[in-house]
Amino acid sequence: MAKVKGDIIVDIEKCKGCELCVVACPQGAIALSDNINKKGYHYMIKIKDNCTGCENCALVCPDAVITVYRKSGKKKEKIATISNVQNNMTMEVN
Amino acid sequence: MDEKDLKLNETEFLNEDICVAEYLVYKKPETLIDIDLHYCPGCGHGVVHRLLMEVIEEMNIVDKVIGVAPVGCSVFAYNYMDIDMQEAAHGRATAVATGIKRVLPDKLVFTYQGDGDLAAIGTAETIHACNRGENFLIVFINNAVYGMTSGQMAPTTLPGMVTTTTPFGRDTSITGFPLKISELVAQLPGVCYVTRTSVHTAGNVRRTKKAIQKAFEYQMQNKGTCLIEVLSNCPSNWKMTPLESNKFIEEEMIPFYPLGDIKVPKEEK
Amino acid sequence: MGEVRLMKGNEALAEAAIRAGCDAYFGYPITPQSEVLEYLSREAPQRTGMVVLQAESEIASINMIYGAAGAGKRAMTTSSSPGISLMQEGLSYIAAAELPCLLANINRGGPGLGTIQPAQSDYFQSVKGGGHGDYKLIVLAPSSVQEMADFVRLGFDLADKYRNPVMILSDGAIGQMMEKVELFEQQPKGGTFPKPWATTGKTKDRQRNIITSLHIDPKEMENINLRLQEKYHAIEENEVRYEVMKIDDAEFILTAYGLAARICQKVVELAREKNYKVGLIRPITLFPFPKKLFAEIVPRIKGILDVELNAGQMVEDVKLSVEGKVRVEFYGRMGGIIPTPEEILEHFEKIFIKGE
Repeated sequence: MAKVKGDIIVDIEKCKGCELCVVACPQGAIALSDNINKKGYHYMIKIKDNCTGCENCALVCPDAVITVYRKSGKKKEKIATISNVQNNMTMEVN
Repeated sequence: MDEKDLKLNETEFLNEDICVAEYLVYKKPETLIDIDLHYCPGCGHGVVHRLLMEVIEEMNIVDKVIGVAPVGCSVFAYNYMDIDMQEAAHGRATAVATGIKRVLPDKLVFTYQGDGDLAAIGTAETIHACNRGENFLIVFINNAVYGMTSGQMAPTTLPGMVTTTTPFGRDTSITGFPLKISELVAQLPGVCYVTRTSVHTAGNVRRTKKAIQKAFEYQMQNKGTCLIEVLSNCPSNWKMTPLESNKFIEEEMIPFYPLGDIKVPKEEK
Repeated sequence: MGEVRLMKGNEALAEAAIRAGCDAYFGYPITPQSEVLEYLSREAPQRTGMVVLQAESEIASINMIYGAAGAGKRAMTTSSSPGISLMQEGLSYIAAAELPCLLANINRGGPGLGTIQPAQSDYFQSVKGGGHGDYKLIVLAPSSVQEMADFVRLGFDLADKYRNPVMILSDGAIGQMMEKVELFEQQPKGGTFPKPWATTGKTKDRQRNIITSLHIDPKEMENINLRLQEKYHAIEENEVRYEVMKIDDAEFILTAYGLAARICQKVVELAREKNYKVGLIRPITLFPFPKKLFAEIVPRIKGILDVELNAGQMVEDVKLSVEGKVRVEFYGRMGGIIPTPEEILEHFEKIFIKGE
């Protein structure tokens, strides 16, 4: 079985820093940032590059800020239309 | 690089070979309007809103669905759901839904109601809609407290639980007992499916979504009333952090309001 | 000529609902209007496929109306005074969300549980809003079984035209009495007004439709109020209806609506026999009230006697209309008592002829 490799993109401006994703992540790959977003919340960030794309963080997120990607041996059937995904990406680049 | 450095370089990890459309496995549904939700950090309402919209999008029933929003924290539910919706008076969502479903029987109707709305002021409407077997879905968010009016006792407040109107803990000798509305309506022959789920862990979120999906399928088959009670948190009014509030669900809510199916259609027993 | 039948007022109203293309009726039994629900349960579903549902309360009925009207259908409910009181919250929401619908109040005596006998004591409640907030119902006051039928069709049309709830304000006597009624032809179900705002499921060719009365932003809420007031103003300009009798040479005006107006017709006859120059103004729309007619007639008359089956409600609108320029007196009976024409004439003579 090929190694499962995942990643997430976070809409940090919509994040309210509730931390539910942090405890939902089985890999311990996410944490709250020391920085704050425009709303004043410490937003979630990845702290490790070991994401498996399990979706748990996105599932428990009350504000639907997380988009999940997963690359495995087998291609997973796409679950949604993807035309707007690029628009939804909001990454802070300092 | 140590962990501190990693936090300072937040974009470093973006795996450009993975974050491509081909490997997309989860994104929020298009039917969930892309604006900030007004809910407090960690509030379960957002999760249930998203799940409803996911199911409606995946089942491709946007043009068939009409939602009814309640009065309570989720009074603005229609701001986030890109579907036709009606805003009901406090407690009257199931009466409004009855009006809609009776004149548009081919459409799929759901109400979204909190515990105060559904189980206090709207108890009569809830029970009678269920008793008529109105063929729609009731999504019942039970967070054991009046959220919008800032934390008063709800009909579902646990014995001993502190709220702004039970400052010394709910005394059942004065205020009565928590109303288990799901168990109550499950007795009614018109009701087809009653289940209690929660959204405090990823697994429970998955189960809640499955329940919503099933309920819409039952509605398409004209099976009668479906009620999904979702145990949810209210960190602000419980005066807890979101993480503490989810622990409260696990340790206090679930023992009193056990999760699982309370009634399923006969052929599935 | 349409089909002629001998019917109770309540039955005529129910029959007219079927013929006006009503899609849904939600109601709750209460004397003296239960015949409406009974008649419709018996007749309507098989004839037009109309939804007829006995709700668990008047509160539920009016909210079912909200749902069905919001879904773009012609929806209707009927009740009597205590039941109408229970509906006020829902009516406020319906008026605020601008949902067209029809309701009828077969008024009985109050306050409280009161009596099941006829009265006109719900005038204020019907005309001045009734529930919370600045809103108006269009209020039609029939004075015959014929009008109980005709105003159903008119009421639905006005409701659709203005996206506003319409109330037929009748009473237990007109609801229960039997008269000849000529019925209009069956109209298309649901009426013919387009309702692009209705929640019928969001299709790809349009934005979502939302039925709501919640506007947290004060500016937005004020704008909505201003728009509603503009609409009520347009209704006052365009929809005033009334009936007059012998007002051209009148020195004195009797004014009354509904059942009281029927009695006053006889009073006019009796008064004319005694050579008193008395005419009658019967407002048909109580909102919009025929203010202009009263204002116009003021210079020609010596006094107005307002007759109602209550403690004096419409008389306030009459006084507002004449702005103190002419003497306005009131005569009313309450609690389900219906005055005789002689009794009213005697009162008229006492005030205006003998000057007591």
